[in-house]
Amino acid sequence: QEPQASGLPEYIKIVEVGPRDGLQNEKVIVPTDIKIELINRLSKTGLPVVEVTSFVSSKWVPQMADHKEVMRGIERHPGVQYPVLTPNLQGFHSAIAAGATEVSVFGAASESFSKMNINCSIEESIEKFEEVAKSARNMNIPVHGYVSCALGCPYEGSIIPAKVAEVSKRLYSIGCYEISLGDTIGVGTPGSMKKMLEAVMKEIPLSALAVHCHDTYGQALANILTAIQMGVSVVDSSVSGLGGCPYAKGATGNVATEDVIYMLNGLGIKTGVNLYAVMEAGDFICTALNKKTNSKVAQASFNTGTV
Amino acid sequence: SSQNVVPTPVKINLINMLSETGLQVIEATSFVSPKWVPQMADHTEVMQGIRKVPGISYPVLTPNLKGFQAAVAAGAKEVSIFGAASELFTRKNINCSIEESLERFHEVMAAARAANIPVRGYVSCVLGCPYEGKISAAKVAEVSKKMYSMGCYEISLGDTIGVGTPGSMRDMLSVVMQEVPVGALAVHCHDTYGQALANILVALQMGVSVVDASVAGLGGCPYAQGASGNVATEDLVYMLNGLGIHTGVDLQKLMDTGTFICNALNRRTNSKVSQASCRL
Repeated sequence: QEPQASGLPEYIKIVEVGPRDGLQNEKVIVPTDIKIELINRLSKTGLPVVEVTSFVSSKWVPQMADHKEVMRGIERHPGVQYPVLTPNLQGFHSAIAAGATEVSVFGAASESFSKMNINCSIEESIEKFEEVAKSARNMNIPVHGYVSCALGCPYEGSIIPAKVAEVSKRLYSIGCYEISLGDTIGVGTPGSMKKMLEAVMKEIPLSALAVHCHDTYGQALANILTAIQMGVSVVDSSVSGLGGCPYAKGATGNVATEDVIYMLNGLGIKTGVNLYAVMEAGDFICTALNKKTNSKVAQASFNTGTV
Repeated sequence: SSQNVVPTPVKINLINMLSETGLQVIEATSFVSPKWVPQMADHTEVMQGIRKVPGISYPVLTPNLKGFQAAVAAGAKEVSIFGAASELFTRKNINCSIEESLERFHEVMAAARAANIPVRGYVSCVLGCPYEGKISAAKVAEVSKKMYSMGCYEISLGDTIGVGTPGSMRDMLSVVMQEVPVGALAVHCHDTYGQALANILVALQMGVSVVDASVAGLGGCPYAQGASGNVATEDLVYMLNGLGIHTGVDLQKLMDTGTFICNALNRRTNSKVSQASCRL
């Protein structure tokens, strides 16, 4: 396969969010040493980015209460980025003190979601992030921005593409080097993905865009394919598809890294990631969590003994 | 290919419910010897028991002339035959070569032509074979062309073990489309590696407008124990709705049908849309 012949990117950067977004949304609270082991294994797979933890008050996110220990405990592999979530200046300082060298902030394209989640309006949240971004800039720390509910909101339903573009532009203008557009409840389809990206691409350069698709309705890979056909070259995913959907009990959430890599390999697109190594890391964490993998590639491979 | 043999009334009810959803084609059963496929032993009762809604087609599988004759006697108005793009798969499955298998179908084609019965052709292993591994697109095109020339009105290209990706789907279709008009092509994608909807999307982008799917994603993969097989019709319709593509199918009625059959089989659905929707 020749990706260039088909207009697809030659290389796609995979952002592994399993240890943070994944584990944060699993029922079981994972012991610190397991988290560290998982991250260390992921660091050896060729993944260029591994989202480590979240410097949020343990009152809100108990699963990430051990953020300092995890940050300090992991092996830092050269060539791998280890971003952490920092919702405000306090979290940012705490993250830096613990050794973080990249941070992420979370906006939303829905006012209702913003209010329900962090008890403030979108604009108020971005003002907080601006403080983080200013401090980060002074310390030469890159800031990554997320936009939730890019393709639909559990409270508002449909989200207009222009709103996603507006919020993305705000985050980009305060200094986020990359904006990850999240289909938080997985309701998006190739149709809505295309419309949303067309609107956002008017405001943000393509190279600064990432997609964070949830597989709650089974649409993730088709949505990711649509995004990469439009030139997006950064894709978020979670080993074993860790992390259910907090808005649809029992339903799946994150798309599985293994399934994404399988697709990209088949398209002839480079990722630098060793699929088998990711499957092994996935097997490790699923065993530790005593759960079945959400990755179909892993399910099929372990059952036939072939990939 | 469900584990237990499903009772005849449940099968009939399933097909009747599917007939209410707007689906235009519902594959009813297989006129194969119960020695080989015990789950389809009640083919005659099912064929005679279902409500045949005008405008809906109820094709049945017919592996040979005997099966064809039994199907027609039972009221079938459309039949399907199965070829494969892999010699080894054909040998393991029906103990002959691809060429020999197609010769056997000549009798069926002749009888079907005489009886004015349309025949649909399936080609298995189009994106990979459990025994041969990689399958050349040229071979898929060759087998498809033969079946189309024999008189099949439509060729359904099956990714039997679900190993295909949008890359291999595109490559395979671009070669097959040189031999068979795209209007006569269908895709039958398995979701064993989670690639089905992405593969279907690429096929649609290339002009394919017929897609096979299974309510609730029924049917595991016989080559990967415990792995999934067919793509779920609900998930497919959800995607097509989102793309603004008309299908005529009522998604809610489809989900209700999926719920019915999963309860009857005492198993969970393989449809993510179904899983997500019943909780919201």
